[in-house]
Amino acid sequence: MTAIDARASGSDLRQALARLSRLPWGLYLAIAFAVLLLVAVVAPELLTVHSPTAVDYSAALKPPSFAHPFGTDESGRGLYTRVVWGARDSLTIGVGAALLGVAAALLLGSVAALAVKPAALVADRFIEILFTFPSLLLALLLIAIMGPSAGTEVLAVGIGTAPGYARMIRGQILGAKNAGYVEAATALGHSRWRIVRAHILPNALRPLVAVFALSIGQSIVWASSLSFLGLGVAPPASEWGALLDAGREYLVQAPWLVVIPGLVIVAVALSATTIGRHIQSRLEKGE
Amino acid sequence: MTLTSSAEPPRIEPDIRQQQDGQGPIAERAARPRRARRTALVILRKIGAAVVVLWGAATIAFFAQLALPGDRATTILNIRAGQAQQRTPHELAQINAQFGLQKPVIVQYLDYLGGLVRGDFGTSYQQYRPVTSIIGEQLGSTVALSLTAIVLAWVLMVVWVTLTAGRGRGVSELGSTVDVVTAGLPAYWLGIILLLVFGLGLRWFPIISGTSPQGIVLPALTLAIPLAGFMSQSTRLEFERSLDQPFVLSARMRGMGEWGIRLRHVLRHAVIPAVTLSGWALGATLSGAVIVESIFSRPGIGSVLVTAVNEQDLPVVTGIVTLVAVVYVLANLLVDVVYTLVDPRLELS
Repeated sequence: MTAIDARASGSDLRQALARLSRLPWGLYLAIAFAVLLLVAVVAPELLTVHSPTAVDYSAALKPPSFAHPFGTDESGRGLYTRVVWGARDSLTIGVGAALLGVAAALLLGSVAALAVKPAALVADRFIEILFTFPSLLLALLLIAIMGPSAGTEVLAVGIGTAPGYARMIRGQILGAKNAGYVEAATALGHSRWRIVRAHILPNALRPLVAVFALSIGQSIVWASSLSFLGLGVAPPASEWGALLDAGREYLVQAPWLVVIPGLVIVAVALSATTIGRHIQSRLEKGE
Repeated sequence: MTLTSSAEPPRIEPDIRQQQDGQGPIAERAARPRRARRTALVILRKIGAAVVVLWGAATIAFFAQLALPGDRATTILNIRAGQAQQRTPHELAQINAQFGLQKPVIVQYLDYLGGLVRGDFGTSYQQYRPVTSIIGEQLGSTVALSLTAIVLAWVLMVVWVTLTAGRGRGVSELGSTVDVVTAGLPAYWLGIILLLVFGLGLRWFPIISGTSPQGIVLPALTLAIPLAGFMSQSTRLEFERSLDQPFVLSARMRGMGEWGIRLRHVLRHAVIPAVTLSGWALGATLSGAVIVESIFSRPGIGSVLVTAVNEQDLPVVTGIVTLVAVVYVLANLLVDVVYTLVDPRLELS
């Protein structure tokens, strides 16, 4: 028995050490990248020397070089410049869709978990029904009805991702409902509304910050997928998905036009995941 | 594509399986007929719930068709002609009669549901053909892609988790980092990288996949790699949990080797969450096919769907979306029922 105990505590210690040594560099990288993105959104001119619309046909489709670190597109515009200037559009769409998705999920999830029986049952079934449609297909259905545009893209991605989050929020609230402190509050004779407001919601919704961070990354990936299919924002905009879509034509001559914007999107999604997960684990530890 | 994303499969509670029944063998034998009846009831209830969900999905599909702005008959004619113009009452009456648009909405709705039950998904606005035959022509290719991707994902997942789970800090860290990163890769990007490296660079596989058996490799890998990353996350968790179980210790004391323990004992426990994800995986690969078929110029319902969305050909769009929802619900139901039959402890939950 003692041997097993020793092994168990050893692995606990190792896990704790692993957690400590794992946290910093990945997280710092993610935060640094997020700060960079923020600068690109607020003041893209700080990060670039060229204008995003300066056309130079003599420098068309050039591979990455010192002057143009991400190469140039078919009109000789620097891809790096376009990516930086496109951050504002992409992040606006991503944050907008994430806000919409999480808000819709919050509404559905809390009704399903907290409302009186018939309403809760309806909301519950509704979440299940929506969940049978994969996010991308739900988004495509909305685009088919409303026609492609930036607004539709935000709505489509938001609604497409909402069912998954709604399920999660419902689970969180139901979990909080069964907690000891709720039982204690009920025993003390607190009203139902007060219990919901003062105990259940604050505890159940604390992970929402983490969910929101994760969903921004997600939304940018989905939105760019739609643009990639030619069903999002039209190409003159330099939203990253539109850059991908425009670059597909030159895949053989200029693969960087697709590879690099894609890599930027992957980096955004990974940073959002890293930051979201860190918040999540901090919250869990705090309890 | 992150752990808590919308694409995230339903969470599994592995602890349910570890609940003890508390009944001895004699009591169990006596309770057998009652148990069989109870199991049948549980299965019936699950089928009932699935029917309700399917009905809801069909209802959403129907109302999505109504939501198209403008007069429907005019819209249908415009979509068919590819241009917007005034239509004569005679033209409109013809369309109204063909699509039954002059009937009250409730009758149209019941007609639609009745049609679905008979396998009739309506008529395409654009092609004036039954949606069923449009989908039917392309379905085989997408199903082949989807199933190949799932098999590939399982192979990748089992090999990767068996090699890296519970192997000391460095290797385990590497393993789970790769899980998270691959699970988050957007299909379009991964597909293009594979296309550039193995199609254009090394020329191992054709660039335009067509329907050749070789052509399926890159598209299937594009779907399989993120899927494997997802399934690995839950499998790895269960794998490492199982490695700490007493039966592993006893197997070790019997002198069983590390590989034997991993493959014969631990793996069997660890893949259960991934089996539960089968329905979800089927839905994810079918919808991922939309992007993959576009990258590799592969025929299939994905490319039909993209065209239909562009043309606002709603019967085709809702037909494909409903079909995927049906597949998802049926696959989940199957997994659920099999579990109920295999593991009677589950019926308690």
